Amino acid sequence: MIAVDVKFKRFGDTEVLRDIRFTVDAGETVALQGPSGIGKTTLLRLIAGIDNVFDGGIVRPDRLAMVFQEPTLLPWRSAIENIALVHPGLGEDAARAALDRVGIGAKADMFPGQMSLGQQRRLALARAFAARPQALILDEPFVSLDPELAQEMLELARSLIHEERPATIFVTHSREEAASLSDRVLSLGGQPATLVSHA
Amino acid sequence: MIVRLASLLGLLGLWIIAAWLGNDPEVLPMPGALLAPFWTELTSGPLLYHLAMTLIRVLWAFVLAMSVGLALGLVMGLFPKIDKWLDPWLVVFLNLPALVLIVLCYLWIGLNETAAILAVTLNKIPNVTTIIREGARALDPDLKAMAQVYRMSRRSYLRHVVLPQLAPFIAAAARSGVAVIWKIVLVAEFLGRSNGVGFQIHLYFQLFDVAHVLIYALSFIAVMLAVEWLLLQPWERHARRWRGA
Repeated sequence: MIAVDVKFKRFGDTEVLRDIRFTVDAGETVALQGPSGIGKTTLLRLIAGIDNVFDGGIVRPDRLAMVFQEPTLLPWRSAIENIALVHPGLGEDAARAALDRVGIGAKADMFPGQMSLGQQRRLALARAFAARPQALILDEPFVSLDPELAQEMLELARSLIHEERPATIFVTHSREEAASLSDRVLSLGGQPATLVSHA
Repeated sequence: MIVRLASLLGLLGLWIIAAWLGNDPEVLPMPGALLAPFWTELTSGPLLYHLAMTLIRVLWAFVLAMSVGLALGLVMGLFPKIDKWLDPWLVVFLNLPALVLIVLCYLWIGLNETAAILAVTLNKIPNVTTIIREGARALDPDLKAMAQVYRMSRRSYLRHVVLPQLAPFIAAAARSGVAVIWKIVLVAEFLGRSNGVGFQIHLYFQLFDVAHVLIYALSFIAVMLAVEWLLLQPWERHARRWRGA
C-alpha cells in the first residue's frame, strides 16, 4: 500500500502543496484530478521518490512502477532490452512474456523508434507491469493519444491492474477515464493545493 | 566519395602547379619525385619503426586523455558546484600553449617517455572535458527519473542510459582528439625524443631535406586516415544504428 503525508512542498518561496494525506490500499485504484498546473505531477514525483525534498513522509512498497506522460524509453536499446535492463532480475523469458502480454511480442528486437506511438505506450506499460509491481503510478498515461487508441490503452491498463492488483494512483483530466478505472477520486484544489473532496 | 577523391586530386594538382612554378626541387619537389625515396624508407629505411613509435604515443595519450576527460566532463556537467570551482582551471589549461606544457614536462620530469606522453595528455584533457561537459548538461531528466523509479543500479544507469546519450559527444571528442594529439606528439618528439615521426622531421629539417619531411608527414597522415576510416567511423555507425532504424 501507499501512505502519503505531505505537510509542505515548496519551490523556492512558492508553496505548491500543503497538508495532503491519504492512503491507497493494495488492489485499490485512486484517480487524482485537478486543474492543470495545480501540482498533480509534483505530487506524483514525491510519491514516486523522484523528488525527495519536502516536509512530511511517504511510505511506498519496494516494487514500484511508473508510467510517464511520454513513453520514456531508451531509444538506443531494443524493446526487450528496455524491459530486461530496467528489471535485471527478471530473465529473458519473463521479459518476453511481458511483451506478449501487451501484444507486442513480435517487436522484441526492434528499437523504440521503429515502433508506432501506440506500440511504444504498450512497451511502457509492459515495463511497468513486468516485475509485478506492488504500487503503480500513472501520470496522464494516455494523454496525446487519439480517442480510439486511448480507449484501447485504457482497456489494456485496466486488465493488467486487475491481474496484478497493485496499489494504483493515476492522474487524468478525463472524468470518463477516472470513472472507468478508479475506485475512488481525489481532487486537488486551492493555492497551495490540497485535497478538496474525497469522493 | 567521388567528391572527396576529386577534392584530394585538386589538392595534388595545386601542389604540382606550385612545384612547377617554384621550379626548385630542394624547396618543393614534385609529388612523383617522393615515390622512390618513400619506397626506400619503407622497405629498407626506418619509416615503419618511427611510425609505430609515434602511433604508440598517440594511442597512450589518446586513451589517457579520453578517460580522464570523460570522467572530469561528467562530474563537471552533473555537479554545477564542482563545475564552478574547476571551470577557471579549465580555461587556464585550454589557453596554455602546447609548447609550454611540453617544455615544462621535459624540464620537470626529464627527457623521457613519461614526460612526453603526460605533456600530450595534459594538452588534450581540457578539450575532451569541455565537449563531454556539454553532453552531461544535456542529459534527459525524464530518463533519469525513470531510472530512479525503477531503481536501476548506478552501473547499469551509466552504461545504458548515460553513455548512449553521450556517444555523439564522445565521438566528437575522439575525432578532434586524434587529430590534435598526433600534432602535439610530433612537437614533443621534435623537442625531446630520439625516435618517432617528429624526431625524423627534426633530423631532415636540420639537413634541409624537404622531400623526407614531406614523406614522413604524409605517411603519418595516411595512418591517421586509416584509423578514422577503419576504426572511428565504423564505431560511430554502430553506436548510432538505432537512429537510422
